[in-house]
Amino acid sequence: MKVYKYGANVDTDVIIPARHLNDPSPAALASHCMEDIDAQFASTVQPGDIIVAGPNFGCGSSREHAPLAIKSCGVKCVIAPSFARIFYRNAINIGFPIVECPQAAEEIQPGDEVDVDFSTGIITDATQGKTWQAAPFPEFIEGIIKSGGLLNSLKERGVAK
Amino acid sequence: MGMTMTQKILAKHAGLDKVEVGQLIEAKLDLVLGNDITTPVAITEFEKAGFTQVFDKDKIAIVLDHYTPCKDIKSAQLCKQAREFAHKHHITNFFDVGQMGVEHALLPEKGLCAPGEIIVGADSHTCTYGALGAFSTGIGSTDMAAGMATGLLWFKVPAAIKVTLKGKLQPHVSGKDVILHLIGEIGVDGALYQSLEFAGEGVSSLTMDDRFTISNMAIEAGGKNGIFPVDEKTMEYINGRVNRPCEAFQADPDAEYVREVVIDLNKLEPTVAMPHLPENTKVVSEVAGLPINQVVIGSCTNGRIQDLRIAAAIMKGKKVADNVRCVVIPATQEIVLQAMKEGLIQDFIEAGAAVSTPTCGPCLGGHMGVMAEGERTVSTTNRNFVGRMGHVTSEIILASPAVAAASAIAGCVADPRKLS
Repeated sequence: MKVYKYGANVDTDVIIPARHLNDPSPAALASHCMEDIDAQFASTVQPGDIIVAGPNFGCGSSREHAPLAIKSCGVKCVIAPSFARIFYRNAINIGFPIVECPQAAEEIQPGDEVDVDFSTGIITDATQGKTWQAAPFPEFIEGIIKSGGLLNSLKERGVAK
Repeated sequence: MGMTMTQKILAKHAGLDKVEVGQLIEAKLDLVLGNDITTPVAITEFEKAGFTQVFDKDKIAIVLDHYTPCKDIKSAQLCKQAREFAHKHHITNFFDVGQMGVEHALLPEKGLCAPGEIIVGADSHTCTYGALGAFSTGIGSTDMAAGMATGLLWFKVPAAIKVTLKGKLQPHVSGKDVILHLIGEIGVDGALYQSLEFAGEGVSSLTMDDRFTISNMAIEAGGKNGIFPVDEKTMEYINGRVNRPCEAFQADPDAEYVREVVIDLNKLEPTVAMPHLPENTKVVSEVAGLPINQVVIGSCTNGRIQDLRIAAAIMKGKKVADNVRCVVIPATQEIVLQAMKEGLIQDFIEAGAAVSTPTCGPCLGGHMGVMAEGERTVSTTNRNFVGRMGHVTSEIILASPAVAAASAIAGCVADPRKLS
């Protein structure tokens, strides 16, 4: 699974520019994903590929369209040292994996073959022959992910009308 | 160890006497907000999950403000979906074209936000209501769907940065300069996962409109929220707008902060943020003379009456430079009417500016002032990311209403203190 690597503070405006938010269908969002930072991304990304980035990934607008666009491209996960908090919530809420691991985010290079085992949090870079251990999610958040997102977890708990 | 304002509000709404930093809690919501971009996604998720009722029709606000009056067919479809949902669920606080304003200017004006409340909104600038001593924060559409269905949401109790304000702002310096300066100091992730808690004797000199601008951009430092203590000015603002009991929370004297930032308001100068991050701040005199193509005065950050008064005072009797398009967008209908009564709209139009009905429009590159290749705008909005207001090579310089108005007249980035 190939790696696309970006710098610090990748904002949700470049992940999915607002001019494309008038069509929130997953296919439309995917076709414009990362357009203003990497014009080739949407046409070259393959299911299972991974985005690696610098700190504060997903800063800016609260648009859930951003993790949705990345997820809809078939991207397996995003690895970064830190995520902007609304992006972090949104990713978990829609069941899209994000992985906090400063060392892996720094050392992984563009084009490396990388895989992540979500059950153990182990990140493996086959190109470099290295592995890293990502920070685990708190139990509460792990529960949301296991339910398949926030709304499923609420339904399981029977808290909504 | 004591608690901060934010921690106290979260504890109260979670039914707890005390909360600790990092604790995951579930809190009751006083208001759930969405706009024409985020609400349709929330509605789709709400319905897909099989929810059939909202938790409280009076505690949901839907404001059609981003692409409205609708710019194209696709955005009209989104508004139609939100409108039909609002009617079906008898949402009390639904604001359509004619009543709507830019959401974060509109909700406080309508008395929908009060001290001590928890307000969440599917818009990152929901942190604006911290100016009123509320805990308010941005969420996504799935959170909005959950909030609408249950009236509850999970939060991680944040650590806090104390921002101590000293002294008093000088002429031509306002709340925008305070928050740009702060973001320049701590960076765009300087308050990540944390709350910004404003304190100090300098707070009392700030107008409510200054405070709204400051809280509004807490997110641009990565902050979860940006909250002010409640004082006479807060009470004067909510008087006649909020007709329900509310509670002012004060930070404990022994509340814990991860760091303190002190800002001397006396020394603050007009400040701008250069492309392409809000942390790229400079004192305006350092970049004065840089050519520009457009000036935008408006948005949830700076479209309030004080902002228009400041801009009009600079532009009255002068002309917008030939090389500049100037777009002025009062943030709500009440602000439009007030600006008309005070003659500000006439001042803008006579100066050669375009004045628009309320909309978020150009701030997010939606409509009403989108930039072409290589163009540059001085804008009173909140983000200067790559492509935010148009073409990927266009540039945004974030500034106060005073700097924006002075720049419109000068035809380049200009220091309002230097205008004759």
